[in-house]
Amino acid sequence: MSDVVLETRGLVKHFPINKGIVFRTKAGAVRAVDGVDLQLRRGETLGIVGESGCGKSTLAKLLVGLEKPTHGEIRVRGEDMVRLGGPALRRARRNIQMVMQDPYTSLNPRMTVGDIIGEPFAIHPDAAPPYGKARAVQELLEVVGLNPDHINRYPHQFSGGQRQRIGIARALALRPEIIVCDEPVSALDVSIQAQIINLLEHLQKELGLAYIFIAHDLSVVRHISDRVAVMYLGKIVETGNHAAIYEQPTHPYTQALLSAVPVPDPRLRGRRDHIMLEGDVPSPADPPSGCRFRTRCWKAQPACADHEPLLEIRQRSPHPSACHFAEIRDVMRRF
Amino acid sequence: MTDITAQMDALPGMDPRAPLLHVDDLHVEFRTRDGVARAVNGVNLWLNPGETLAVLGESGCGKSVTAQAIMGILDTPPGHVTAGRVLYRGVDLLRLPENERRKVRANRIAMIFQDALSALNPVYTVGFQLAELFRVHRGASRREAKRRAVDLLDQVRIPDARRRVDDYPHQFSGGMRQRVMIAMALALDPEVLIADEPTTALDVTVQAQIMSLLADLQRQRNMGLILITHDMGVVADVADRIAVMYAGKVVEDAPVYDIYAHPAHAYTKALLESIPRLDHKGQPLNVIRGLPPALTDIPSGCAFHPRCAYAREICRLEPPPSYQIAPQRVTSCHFVREVLGV
Repeated sequence: MSDVVLETRGLVKHFPINKGIVFRTKAGAVRAVDGVDLQLRRGETLGIVGESGCGKSTLAKLLVGLEKPTHGEIRVRGEDMVRLGGPALRRARRNIQMVMQDPYTSLNPRMTVGDIIGEPFAIHPDAAPPYGKARAVQELLEVVGLNPDHINRYPHQFSGGQRQRIGIARALALRPEIIVCDEPVSALDVSIQAQIINLLEHLQKELGLAYIFIAHDLSVVRHISDRVAVMYLGKIVETGNHAAIYEQPTHPYTQALLSAVPVPDPRLRGRRDHIMLEGDVPSPADPPSGCRFRTRCWKAQPACADHEPLLEIRQRSPHPSACHFAEIRDVMRRF
Repeated sequence: MTDITAQMDALPGMDPRAPLLHVDDLHVEFRTRDGVARAVNGVNLWLNPGETLAVLGESGCGKSVTAQAIMGILDTPPGHVTAGRVLYRGVDLLRLPENERRKVRANRIAMIFQDALSALNPVYTVGFQLAELFRVHRGASRREAKRRAVDLLDQVRIPDARRRVDDYPHQFSGGMRQRVMIAMALALDPEVLIADEPTTALDVTVQAQIMSLLADLQRQRNMGLILITHDMGVVADVADRIAVMYAGKVVEDAPVYDIYAHPAHAYTKALLESIPRLDHKGQPLNVIRGLPPALTDIPSGCAFHPRCAYAREICRLEPPPSYQIAPQRVTSCHFVREVLGV
């Protein structure tokens, strides 16, 4: 498996909850990411879906090194980033870049586009192209479909979609193999979303990029992903290639999530398999014992509270699913 | 309560046989330092009892401003209604004095917003905020008002309503807060509910809960619902009719099945084609080129023409008229036939 560019093993991030002002004591922890194993191959897109609070954005931050994991390994091309430091870490980080969700707050309003896209070269001088920063930035602008003459403009002079292109150009500057996209289109209008998704797919083909594509919009993820991982309360509950997840989901949470997605086709009204979940997601500071989904699950048995189901291939689940009672149910079925 | 009905009947122009709500050629502009932004440019809408009308459009198309103008909660200044009428059962709300309009609001037309946390007052319990409605509008006693508040929370399926009524907004989850908002909007039995992106801030599983709650309540009360949204999936699930807006105009108004099967405006068609679909996997998405126009500088003729695949000379020169292409179907596109493929 030499084409694995990114791998995590037992990745955990707990944020401590402190009590007291003078004598601070640890009162507990928010288990934002609680044991995530994933693999990403060269040139592929791994979609990560889940509802707010499931830990997908924390996972993104861990992968690019904006947060330090509590436990676990993040291997980029076999090297464990968590254990690296200094110049070695700096070099390893070049290979994994990020596109942020909000194109309005993720660009510094006082920097020109040229400075924003060129900043990675300032931080990594040895990766800067020999022919000069300005030309490199102009090339990048052209690659993402912006006018290279706009190099001296400021972010507020661009629309939301154009700003997201700037964010993508910045991520491309150091020629990474991996880009982590955290909700890259959710702040954009539908007509602009399509433009950005097409750009990401085009760049992937041209440059052989691997994407971690985090989103809550399941139809966007379905469109762009080769494989999909579904997260719930800090854990991956089901993973497989896109057809397996969307057409043969075996975990009850995946099934409920898919059945709740509104489909833009009125003819399906009343004909779809609707699973209505009760209540809200429990707090990640105090997740249920055993299977974390059991409090909202219609299949839950007493055993679910005692034994935590592992993410593995099961008798009735041809792809890894973390449910004792995993079974295929095609909730997206068309008539 | 009878006096509310009597007060409503006394409004000038009240005609119980007139349409429930009719927005007629509404124009709204915002006078800003950067010039006049023409947010709404001649919007026409109809709503009947028990009907769900979806107003669909991208950000800046004027859908929320239209709703604010109907409710009379437009920020003035900078916003000004410059022309048009908003008729509730024949009464032009825009011509009513504020004290009368206030009675129509909440009693007959209510609204819920996208962000329930900022729409609720953080320093009062939700029970107090609900009870306030009955005390102010109905003159109920404190005890009676609280009893009705609990009753309402029950109706919007908030578990353990008797206890939750004394909680503050921050103690509720996003979905529960939106239920409180719905309870508040429905407290005085309105005939029209305007929901401005009610589920945009919520997760899909919670969104499904809220949409099904809204549909049930609407059915029980035979209420007219205006659903303002950009989500073509939600619309397909719940709407009876859709009004598609672009640059401050309704460009197409049609029953939901027709619009998805045979869009009659180039913009609607392009919008539907740009959403990821199963059969497009592996191919690039269809894209609407360019950007939505700035409201200070709306293109001449048909506002969509710079981005339109069907556009020809006439689109730049002349604003398209409204074509009635079927009963209940109106579209403003010079090339309806080409778009429909007939």
